[in-house]
This record gives sequence, C-alpha cells and structure tokens, in this order.
Amino acid sequence: MSVPSGPPANADTPTPQQREAATTIYERSVEGRRAATLPATDVPEAPLGELIPAELLRSGPAELPEVAEPEIVRHYNRLSRRNFDLDTGPYPLGSCTMKHNPRLNERVAALPGHARLHPAQDPKRAQGALELMWRLERSLEEITGLPHVSLQPSAGSHGELAGLLLTRAYHDERGERRTKVLTPDTAHGTNPASVTMAGYAVVKVATDERGGVDMDDLRAKVDDEIACLMLTNPNTLGLFDENIAEITALVRDAGGTLYYDGANLNAVMGHSRPGDMGFDIVHLNLHKSFSQPHGGGGPGSGPIAVSERIGPYLPVPRIVRSEGSNGSRPRFELDHDAPQSIGRLRGFQGNFGVFVRSYAYIRSLGAEGLREASETAVLNANYLLARLRAGRAGKHLPLAFDRIPMHEFVLSGAPARRELQVKTLDIAKRLLDFGFHPPTIYFPLLVDEALMFEPTETETRESLDELAEAIDEILAEAEVDADIVRHAPYTTPVRRLDEAAASRRPVVRQPR
Amino acid sequence: MLEAIGVDSIDRLFEAIPADVRLDRPLALEGGLSETECFDHLASLAARNAHADSEACFIGAGMYDHYVPALVDAITQRSEFLTPYTPYQPEVSQGGLQVMFEFQTAISELTGLPVANASLYEGPSSVASAAYLAMGATKRSKLVLSRGLHPHSRATVRTYARGFGAEVVEVGLEGGLTNADELAAEVDEATAGVFVQNPNFLGGIEDLARLSAIAKGAGALAVASVDAVSLGVLRPPGECGVDVAVGEGQPLGNRLDYGGPSFGFFAATEEHLRRMPGRIAGETTDADGRRGFVLALQTREQHIRREKATHNICTSQALNALAGVVYLSWLGKRGFVELGELLARRTAYAKQRLTAVEGVELLHDAPTFREFAISLQVPVADVLDRVSEEGIAAGYPLGREYPEHENGLLVAITERRSREDIDRLAEALERALTATDAASVGDRPASAPGPEVSA
Repeated sequence: MSVPSGPPANADTPTPQQREAATTIYERSVEGRRAATLPATDVPEAPLGELIPAELLRSGPAELPEVAEPEIVRHYNRLSRRNFDLDTGPYPLGSCTMKHNPRLNERVAALPGHARLHPAQDPKRAQGALELMWRLERSLEEITGLPHVSLQPSAGSHGELAGLLLTRAYHDERGERRTKVLTPDTAHGTNPASVTMAGYAVVKVATDERGGVDMDDLRAKVDDEIACLMLTNPNTLGLFDENIAEITALVRDAGGTLYYDGANLNAVMGHSRPGDMGFDIVHLNLHKSFSQPHGGGGPGSGPIAVSERIGPYLPVPRIVRSEGSNGSRPRFELDHDAPQSIGRLRGFQGNFGVFVRSYAYIRSLGAEGLREASETAVLNANYLLARLRAGRAGKHLPLAFDRIPMHEFVLSGAPARRELQVKTLDIAKRLLDFGFHPPTIYFPLLVDEALMFEPTETETRESLDELAEAIDEILAEAEVDADIVRHAPYTTPVRRLDEAAASRRPVVRQPR
Repeated sequence: MLEAIGVDSIDRLFEAIPADVRLDRPLALEGGLSETECFDHLASLAARNAHADSEACFIGAGMYDHYVPALVDAITQRSEFLTPYTPYQPEVSQGGLQVMFEFQTAISELTGLPVANASLYEGPSSVASAAYLAMGATKRSKLVLSRGLHPHSRATVRTYARGFGAEVVEVGLEGGLTNADELAAEVDEATAGVFVQNPNFLGGIEDLARLSAIAKGAGALAVASVDAVSLGVLRPPGECGVDVAVGEGQPLGNRLDYGGPSFGFFAATEEHLRRMPGRIAGETTDADGRRGFVLALQTREQHIRREKATHNICTSQALNALAGVVYLSWLGKRGFVELGELLARRTAYAKQRLTAVEGVELLHDAPTFREFAISLQVPVADVLDRVSEEGIAAGYPLGREYPEHENGLLVAITERRSREDIDRLAEALERALTATDAASVGDRPASAPGPEVSA
C-alpha cells in the first residue's frame, strides 16, 4: 500500500487542494452571467401586476448566483473532489452498512417510466409502479418473516416514529394508557428521540457483561406501563442477543409491542428473521441493507414490516392487488380507506426511486445471494477483527466485549489513550491520511473511546489487509511519537476544524 | 480467512443465533437475475406507466413536471456526491458540507428568512416538523390548519399530532382563500401555530401578511408551506411575518420519481435556529486558519441529546438538495424570476382558454400563480379517461379530498406546457365533455377500468 505523505516533516507544505481556497457559488457570481435559457413567452405578455395584486408580489429578486454553465460544472466538480466516497475507498463506518451501490440500479431508476412518473398519476396508468411496490412489499415480508409491509416511511427514524405511532394506535384501541418505552443503552440515538416525539417516556435498559440485554434489569422494568421495547439485534456491538426468545416473551406477556430496529439486518438476511424472533414491527433501511446510495446523508427509505396484530394500523394509502378476470393481468390499486390506519406519514407513496433500486438489488441477488451477502459481511468483520488483534490493536484497541461478533464489532480505545496518549478521534483522523474512511467513533456510548467497524461484504480480503495494516502502522507511529497522530490529518483538503466555534457563533448562510 | 479467524466454517460465526430462531430453509424469493435480465424485467415494469414524456402532464398537487437540466444529472451522478455517508468526518467531506451551506443560503434567499437547514425528507412531513417546533417554542398544543394546506400535509400533521398530544382544527376556504374571519375565531391563547399554504392547494395566492398577523396577535407561530418556484415572483414569507417557511423541494431540479425521493426545505427566523430539526452546516476554520464547513449545532441532535433532542430526523436529503442548489444556480438570479413570470402568464392564458370551453368554470376567482381549479359539468373521472386517450394527463381530481368540489379538477402549468399544449388540452376537454354529456343522456358506461398502458 502507499505510504501516506504528510506527518510533521512536510506538514507546513500545503497540498494543491489545501491551497485552493473554499469559494462558494455566490462568490463566483458576476452580474449578467447565466446558464439557463427558458422557452420564449408564447402567450400574452401582460404585466405581472395585472395578473396578481401588486402587494402579493416580490419587490426584488432573490440573490441567486449569476454563473454560466461551465463555471457551475467546474465549481461542483471541484467540490466533489473535496469529498471522500465509497467508490474511492473502504468506508467501514459501523452501523451504516456502506455497501457497493450497483450502477444498474441507477440506470433502471432513471428509466422515464420511473423517473418521469407523476405521483398523482391515475393508478390505472401507473400499473408497473404499483406492481413493483407490491412485489417489493412481498419480498420484504419474506425477508423479515412478517405478514404486512408499508413502504411509506422516508428513513430509518421515520420508520421508528411510525412504529411507535402504530404501538400507540394498538394500545389506544384496547383502551390502554401505556406511557413508557424500553430502549437498551446500546440503542441508536434516534430511538430515544423518536420515543419522545411519539409522546412516550424513555426507560433505559442496561447491557450485561456479555454485551446483551441485562435480563435482571429488563425483568425489573417490564410492567403494565410499558408500551414497547425497541431493540436492535444484532445490537450496536455487533452481537446477536443470546436471550432473544426470553426478551420477546417477557415484553409480549406484559402486553407491550416489540420493535426491531433493522439497521443491522445486513448480518442476518436469510439466516434469521425478526418475525420468527417474536417482533411485531421492524423498520428496514433500504439505504443500508438494500444498496440505495447514501448520497452524502440522504435520500433513504425506512419501510416497516409488521405482525398480524399491528397490520390494521399501517399507514395509508396501501397497495392492493386483485386478480384479473379471464386470464388478464392482475390489477393494482391504491386503497386510501382503512379506518384503523394511523394515517399518512408523508406525501404521496414514499421514496419510489429508492424502491426501484432496492427491488433491483433483491432481484439481482435472489434468496441465495442475500444469504451469501450476510455471510460475507460477517466473515469480513471477523477477518478484519482477527487481523487487527494479531497486530498492535490487540494490545492498544481491545475488543469491547470478547465474543464472536456478526457483521460489525466495537473496539475500545481506552488503553491507547492511557498508554499512548492518543484518543480514538486521533486514530480516526490519522486514518484519513492513509486513504480510509474511519470507523464510527464514540458510539455506542457504553464503550469508552469506541471504534465501531463494519466492513460489509463489499470489501475484499486485500482491502481488509490494507486497513488492518494502516491501523497497525498508526499505532506504531503513536508508540514512537504520539504527536504525529494527535495532529493528523495532514493531507486532507482542510485539517482539523473548529467545530465548537461553528456552534458558538453559527454562520449558517453566505452573508449578503 | 477462516484460518485467520480460527474457525473451520462460516456457520461457526452464526452460532450466536439460537437454533429456535434460525431460518432452516432458503428464503422464498425468486432466484437471482443477471444484469441484463434484471434490466429487462425493470424496463418491462416501467413501460406500463404513462409518464410525463409519454403524455402532456398537467398534474401538479405539489409535484410538477419541470425540466431538469442535464447539468443536474451529470453532477448528482458523480460518485463523490452519490456514495458518501453523512459528513461525520468533515476533513474529507468539505464538498458535501459546502453544498449544504450553499443550499441553506439559497433557501434563505428564496424565503426571505435568515436561517435554513440542510433539508428534510419532503414537503408534508416538513409541515409536521414545523408543528413540533411550534409546540416546543410556544409550550402550547393546538394546531390550526387552513383547508388550503395540501391534504397530505394535513393528514401527516394529524398522524404526528397523536404522538405530540396536539389538538388539530381546520379552517375552511372562502372564495378559494383561507377564511380569515374563521381563522381569527379559531386562533386563541392555546394555539401553538397557524398553518397555511401559498399558493394554497386550490392554487389561490393567500394574503400571507394578513394570516400571519392573526397568528401573531394570539402569540402563535405563523407557518407557511410554500411553492419554492413561486418565490421568483411572490412576496417571500419572511417579508409577510411568517416565522417558519417549509415546502416540497421537488420542483427545484428533482425528478418526479412517482413521489420521491425529493427534499423538504425548512427556514425560520433567527430565534428558532437552535430548535430547528435536521442537519445544519456552518462555516468555521481549520487548524491552519483555512475556511471550512462542519455540521453545526449538533448538540440539538440525537446522538448527543438522545431523548432530549429537538427532533428524531438525522437524514438530510443531501443528494436531492444538491440537485436543488445546482438547479437554482442554473436558473440564476434572472432566470428564476423569468420562470415565475412565464408560469404566471401561461397560467392566466390557460384559465381563460379552458373556461372558454362549454361546461368548464373556474372553481374560484382568487389570484393564481401556476395552478388553478376548475369545475366540470360532468364526472371528472370520465373526462380524465377520455382525455388520457389523447395523450394528456389533464390534472388532479379534487373530489376525494374536497367532497364539496366533487367535479373539481386542479390544473398545473410548467415551462414544459406550451401554449400549443394548453390549446390541445382545451380541445380535448371540449370533446370529452361533449362525449361524456352525450353518454350520460343514455346509459353511461362505468368509468373504470380504463385501458391500461400497453407494454
């Protein structure tokens, strides 16, 4: 692998990218320049004031940039080069499932019949789209082991909110006033935030020394005020909970619903299903397990799969299929009329473009391919872990809970901080100089100086070796001179940024 | 690899899954397809949709058939924008973070409000997010919605409100505009926010200043959901006393995509900055004093605040927002105004042209920008089926969501709908009305099912 350039020897010599000042599109604006030409006005050119009362009209134009097309292209290409991305190198960001985004999916999503289809098109004339959604729903039901799916939620946390509102509707119908939701301390940060928005109180459940739900703590907290338990399994330590059957039985017997955060589904596709574990509600991240590109933060999609008892409350509209008569094609409709439904969570039918990509992914892989993807993801995580433990990480970055992990694992940087005086943050920043995206850091919160690695099935043995060697080299540097690591990165477009200042005196737009 | 791990088979790695929850059969899914087979399958599904290239699309209702310049595709398909995650490592995410900063600036300019976030999921759920902010800011729990607000926005607010513990009331329309007297009567000291849309769902341009004043008079927040494209010519919400402006971003350089993904935008007055949902990029400097950008105000967010976070959203529709800011740069300062003027003029022409058809009347005579409502003398569904046979999607039928306008039809204009298209629609409507009228004299055939688009 390439030796990183950078450390103190030439830290004072900026790279060409560092020399290039960050200039915004507004700062490139020159009066009179433009890119777009609009169609000529082909109708009477009445003064606007004759069409719309003057007091409702804008007095001056919005200050948008004035730039020609070549400048726009150069500007955004320049910006693109100031991003690290999955197509450039390994991105072992734990809990985010940075798997390859097949280009076929982009091509089929861009077909005019998909990309240019108006969401309010009469269902009679959108049969292909409705059939695709119907087929995706059935596939997700099989993958999760649950009988009903709604594709509507726009992201994982939207699915969480949906699941909690479904829980509320379920208890309301039974005349029960339940007020609390159990979330393990390993839960994703959005879980407790969603609980609050759904009007419930968060009750935290501790983790035991094996990295699973602390059963004594759970037993003590399960009572008739518990509306729901939200669990990620395998959890954010990458560990499958050994007591899963007992956990779900406890909560179900107490009358609560069981919510499965599907962020980590990539570990178990074709191996184990939330429905078979006893869960009522699962959200899936189509942008994680099912290959929708992350886009720098979005779009995503967070469909929910639910059990029979939750089915009646699913959002509207729903897709219904009826058999065609006399051998004609089946017909698909949007059903807006479901009296027990929680209602809508957003406009129209959801992030259809994401459905197209994920459906193409599922069809490309098939049952066998999905199972194999999970196997390779788990194999890759364990191989990376073995490589790391065989090197300096074994001493300085031990595994937080010593069990065989699934698709991801969490190391603790506490010994490195104590013995080498380098923090997890420093190691992460130094990895940037080596051409890797760092793992997720400082999460889960219960692990001191956490580093959470999820290599996914995308990485080859060779790239995992390179990643392990880079981390070993960084620890070797730190053993000799911790400052090299503490002041990294050196080669990135900018160096460490003052995040505190950005929050203390926020500048969130270009000054006029 | 197994040897390095120290196990003899992959199955050993799955032993943590208890036997009773292990799937002991293959998933009942179809077998995998080669790339060419998968393409053909998806293409055959796509071919069964009538889309905006195969017919003249006059459907709007929040998403519009605007032209998306080639430039947008070229930039958004770059790996460096398409495939990264949220910019958690700002040193290698300056491109994405700067795009957010530029986007926030554009939204602030359009809405006339000083601060904006880096985008939310889409339009209607952004209205619900504004309701959550209004409740937090006022410590009140009544939400007053105009019936001019998109039916999907009202439905979404009602869904969320059961979690928020909010009371929701609706105020009717009069002459195509929010009934201001009814609004004033409904707004009281328990009201957290007043929610209106501009132009409203029936296309009418509201007097935002007057409606905002009613909200403010009672100490409630004024929230407006606005059509971003209208802001080239309409007075921006920030100049009308609006506290929070939100909206659907699709019209700004995003594909129709059968409803998503697109983005929602969210702008507010300065005092609400720390309560805003979603990601916000901010400017700062690096260790060497260079200008740079980071995710600002993260102490509002879930990974730090957990159950005390201001919101549960951690998605920004970064790629869709990028399309939005590239589109606005492409239109530029003058193009954005020209687009608004073109739409207003073509809409005026379309209103006059369509109402010249016997059996077509305006549903209201409030001023409009790019969308307007008509009522037909015969059932809308029949007319839509007939007109579709001429390769025209005539509009959005109002009957299901506005039963009082059973034969109402919402017609939307974009720069892609020429005068010739409008004339063609008028002629097709005329033929359809005559035919439907004639059929209704006799035994009218059932309207559904109509002919399906052939593969």
